[in-house]
Amino acid sequence: MGISIELEVNGASVSKEVEPRLLLAHLLREELGLTGTKIGCDTSQCGSCTILLDGQAVKSCTVLAVQADGGEITTIEGLANGEYHPVQQAFWDNHGLQCGFCTPGMIISCVDLLGTNPQPSEDEIRHGLEGNLCRCTGYHNIVRAVQDAAETMNG
Amino acid sequence: MAGESNGAGVFGSSIRRREDPELITGRAKYTDDLQLPNTAYCTILRSDYAHAKINSIDASEAEALDGVIAVYTASDIADSGVPGGIPVGWLLPDMKIPEHFMLAKDTTRYVGDGVAIVVAEDQYTAHDALDLIYVDYDPRDGIADPKKATESGAPLVHDEAPNNIAFDWEIGDKEMTDAAFANAAHVASLDIVNNRLIPNAMEPRAALADYNNITGELTLYMTTQNPHIHRLLMSLASLGLPEHKIRVIAPEVGGGFGSKIHHYADEAIAAWASMQTGRPVKWTATRTETYLTDAHGRDHVTHAEMAMDENGRFTGLRVDTYAAMGAYLSTFAPAVPTYLYGTLMSGEYDLPAIYCHVYGVFTHTVPVDAYRGAGRPEATFVVERIVDEAARVSGIDPAEIRRRNFVAPDNFPYQTQVALAYDSGNYEGALDKALAEIGYDDFRSEQAAAREQGKYLGIGLSTYIEACGLAPSAVVGSLGAQAGQWESAVVRVHATGKVTVYSGCSGHGQGHETTFAQIVASALGVPYEDIDVIEGDSGVMPHGWGTYGSRSAATGGSAIASAAEKVVDKARTIAAHLLEAAEEDLEFENGNFFVKGSPDQTQSLPDVALQAYLAHNLPKGIEPALEATSFYDPENFVFPFGTHIAVVEVCADTGHVELQRYLAVDDVGNVINPMIVDGQVHGGIAQGVGQSLYETAVYDEGANLLSGTMLDYAVPKAHFLPSFETDRTVTPCPHNPLGVKGVGEAGTIASPAAVVNAVVDALSPFGVAHIDMPVTSEKVWNAINN
Amino acid sequence: MYPSKFDYHRPSSVQEAVQILSSNPDAKILAGGHSLIPVMKLRLAAPAALVDIGRIDALQGISRSNGSLRIGACVTYHEIANSADVQAAAPALAEAAGQIGDRQVRYRGTIGGNLSHADPASDLPAAALALGATLHVTGPGGSRSVSASDFFVDLMMTALQPDEILTGVEVPVAQSGTGSAYVKWEHPASGYALCGAAAVVTRGASGSCTGASLCFNGVSSTAVAATAVAASLVGSDLSDATIESAVGDLSIPDATGDMFASAGYRQELAKVMGARALSTARDRA
Repeated sequence: MGISIELEVNGASVSKEVEPRLLLAHLLREELGLTGTKIGCDTSQCGSCTILLDGQAVKSCTVLAVQADGGEITTIEGLANGEYHPVQQAFWDNHGLQCGFCTPGMIISCVDLLGTNPQPSEDEIRHGLEGNLCRCTGYHNIVRAVQDAAETMNG
Repeated sequence: MAGESNGAGVFGSSIRRREDPELITGRAKYTDDLQLPNTAYCTILRSDYAHAKINSIDASEAEALDGVIAVYTASDIADSGVPGGIPVGWLLPDMKIPEHFMLAKDTTRYVGDGVAIVVAEDQYTAHDALDLIYVDYDPRDGIADPKKATESGAPLVHDEAPNNIAFDWEIGDKEMTDAAFANAAHVASLDIVNNRLIPNAMEPRAALADYNNITGELTLYMTTQNPHIHRLLMSLASLGLPEHKIRVIAPEVGGGFGSKIHHYADEAIAAWASMQTGRPVKWTATRTETYLTDAHGRDHVTHAEMAMDENGRFTGLRVDTYAAMGAYLSTFAPAVPTYLYGTLMSGEYDLPAIYCHVYGVFTHTVPVDAYRGAGRPEATFVVERIVDEAARVSGIDPAEIRRRNFVAPDNFPYQTQVALAYDSGNYEGALDKALAEIGYDDFRSEQAAAREQGKYLGIGLSTYIEACGLAPSAVVGSLGAQAGQWESAVVRVHATGKVTVYSGCSGHGQGHETTFAQIVASALGVPYEDIDVIEGDSGVMPHGWGTYGSRSAATGGSAIASAAEKVVDKARTIAAHLLEAAEEDLEFENGNFFVKGSPDQTQSLPDVALQAYLAHNLPKGIEPALEATSFYDPENFVFPFGTHIAVVEVCADTGHVELQRYLAVDDVGNVINPMIVDGQVHGGIAQGVGQSLYETAVYDEGANLLSGTMLDYAVPKAHFLPSFETDRTVTPCPHNPLGVKGVGEAGTIASPAAVVNAVVDALSPFGVAHIDMPVTSEKVWNAINN
Repeated sequence: MYPSKFDYHRPSSVQEAVQILSSNPDAKILAGGHSLIPVMKLRLAAPAALVDIGRIDALQGISRSNGSLRIGACVTYHEIANSADVQAAAPALAEAAGQIGDRQVRYRGTIGGNLSHADPASDLPAAALALGATLHVTGPGGSRSVSASDFFVDLMMTALQPDEILTGVEVPVAQSGTGSAYVKWEHPASGYALCGAAAVVTRGASGSCTGASLCFNGVSSTAVAATAVAASLVGSDLSDATIESAVGDLSIPDATGDMFASAGYRQELAKVMGARALSTARDRA
């Protein structure tokens, strides 16, 4: 049984007929070719699949595509046009990534975090990222990156 | 950004990584991101039982499901005529080597052992079909504890391995060590469990196999740290395809930490399924599947004893270890608790007598193999814990007892009692720096004052050494490796002076494209931007051995330096010809050749390159083009060392351990890119802290994996960790062209002991001598209250 | 990672949802999906149909009237944690909601889904219990109200009938002299509570305690009230020493353990978390 859904993904309108069980993460990756969004676990822990749905950071592996019907989605591919988003730039400048697999989800979470708390303390940053796992950096330079991005964005 | 283009000075500077723009924008393609037309999807049915006979498999319902292309079992693989094996690549004397096939034939030996394969039109259907395969199992008893597995009456994993012993290995001098204990003034003794870990690279393993049944060529995109090793083993042991007909490509790889070294059944199954169906076949592990199939790490049960004289000088170390191998011998598993473990038992210490005995033990668990550090974290934990216990029983301060026993700076090269010859070191230098930066003396008074108020602070030292960049190949081979450990590089200067570098290493987060270009920019004096680095494709570069064991800078980097030197030598000959000068009269600076004293008349490297390619006017006997290949076989291991210090506060009410500070002073030799080196240290520390406080793979008595999902296994989160303090001393490696050592594993090797030593120090008012990892709040609470 | 097939319904009213549930015995309600979808991905649950109530207006919103707060079943943890009304009226509930999962989970997970799922290690049940929440339920026969103390029956079992929907939660607004708090000790992997303590205390004009409630989740198969400890505090001065001594006698029946924290240790944690929750609630009273 296919269900018709309409979404706005990175500014473009998308209409799709989907199986009810299709996860939003799979819609993005397999049907729309937006493979920047990663899948790193199957228990909603790792946060690699984090995207913005109607402006809020959500784990796209834990949302059915049909639940997102009518929603506005921003993935890592749509975060910035041409230029880097200040959070992307800060991750690069501060060596906030190594293997890069958690990075798209991590960056989206950081964008959300700074949207709700423009000047977070180190403790607030660390707690704010509890839904995103990174196995490479020990989070040290991710924290630096968020601090740097906050400074730029508050510029 | 400043500093990113000035050729010669680029070695040693913190250039931002050139890998990052694709990664931060989501453009980089990992294996599961790749799409080929007409791809089919493969899933693998796995045993729910730790140990069972397979009576029969009924796949008829699955086969009938719409969208299912085929269901295969072990007999299908056997009937196809491929070898179908999963081999071990390190042989020890008298080791039991059970047969290991791509699917279990008639017995499953761990939860997760592959039983059947589904190939379907899409992932959802491929998973649906797994629920429709009915296996009639005859369950048997299983065992997971490596020590109990050797006791009589324990369930056998393989009939041919009595008492489940895969190998019985020793190093050192037993008699001399026993004599040291007979004459000891003090003896420290500990029972230590080194907890089993699940690697958890953030990218789950995956493979996309594309077999062309017209040409007989297989292209295999996979999550690998070493494409050439996988090509070799796919050819020889699993698929039987000629090696030159297999191309293994590592696209972007999302971390490995050892787990993507090994040759597993799953990627071979995807390739075999592509050979059967004539279609591209993709297999992607779910996270839960990685917990059941990625080789785990550690899992040792050890008794260790240190003998001392009356002055706290170490006179002998005796270590007895039961090391789990799991159900089968994984690729390099036998080396991990032996040559990567027993050989490290001297630590940083001048130890006159050492004896280390290891049983490698089969258990009904997923195989255990190299995980970040591989043997060296286990050894360092034993040594640094027993040294702290020695300090405790002898009443000597932990820093002082280390100082008394260090190999002195003027005592290098130092031959240990366990085979390794340390080439260089300055252990007291790193210790002094670390103690000063942490404020050791002040801490002791702060600690005493805090205790008065019921606050329990602790400090823990780990003065570690490690051996990485395994080498040379002949030595590694004599120890049992069925692999070389040299590394390859091609440095190709194009006609326009631009450079492409090919390395046999295969990075997966380490930043090789940046650091290797830094090496070449400095060696050739060409702008950093003019150099590209390519890795990870067995169809493109010469054979290489990949990236693991902190080897890439020391072996791969040295190979690149050596190839670059050959390029400069050839260019010098051509430049001399063009300048009508004698070669020995030429200087080479910042990419320009000139006659000594006449710097205005130059031939730049691009000038020479163009002439080399035009080949209109080359000196006699010089071949056209400008490139060189190196196969660099190092003459020794490299020996990074340092001092790590952890400071903790223990909450007596809950047992919670708060890691307040973590300081690392590492000596990794010359540093190519300080920012990247610091990043490696941070990540290594986090994994070691994870082992010491949070992570543990738990099997129950019947060998069922209890920590089977990410809901149960605690990968450290950001708020579990403090910011880290890092510093360095620099003692260059004396035997490689760059003076570099390795840094990928140092943090993981050093940190578990630092953290546990700190906790034990905090709990010293309660008379606590040891707590096993992970040091959970419950264990601490029990130690305080019982 | 790949749920089994199911039929999908998206009713626009509670009545319609109840009708669909009544005619589909194997259907499950989908609200935020953050309890249900994870178990479906692992194929630990495979409902034949999902009834998505996420777009029913009547299940949204937080309103305050007649001394109580009414929170729609589909209100998210994020909304609750950040609602000034909830923070003022029932701080324990805001604190509990703010500690569930992580940022991303809190944007999607809902109070109705959480309480209906009745995971003993989740954070809201103890807070609902301690605050004396009333749960509003609608089924084919109409609507009814269930007190939190009657709602949580056993491990992941509630007083809800299969064809009933939790529509909203009503929490009394804290009167002057009343304070509440939620304190949690979390599992390092899942983030669920190894022990979570919710406390509500009321102080009379003299400062002495006139009412107390102390509830836990994470310790046994369902959220539980430590009634004896709470009763022993009534009439006391609520000093740290008094609280300490009161929780010293705490014993939670049928405490459960797992590989990360044994039953005995959870009992000990409950004493510490209980004391912390009580003293914070006291300071707010």
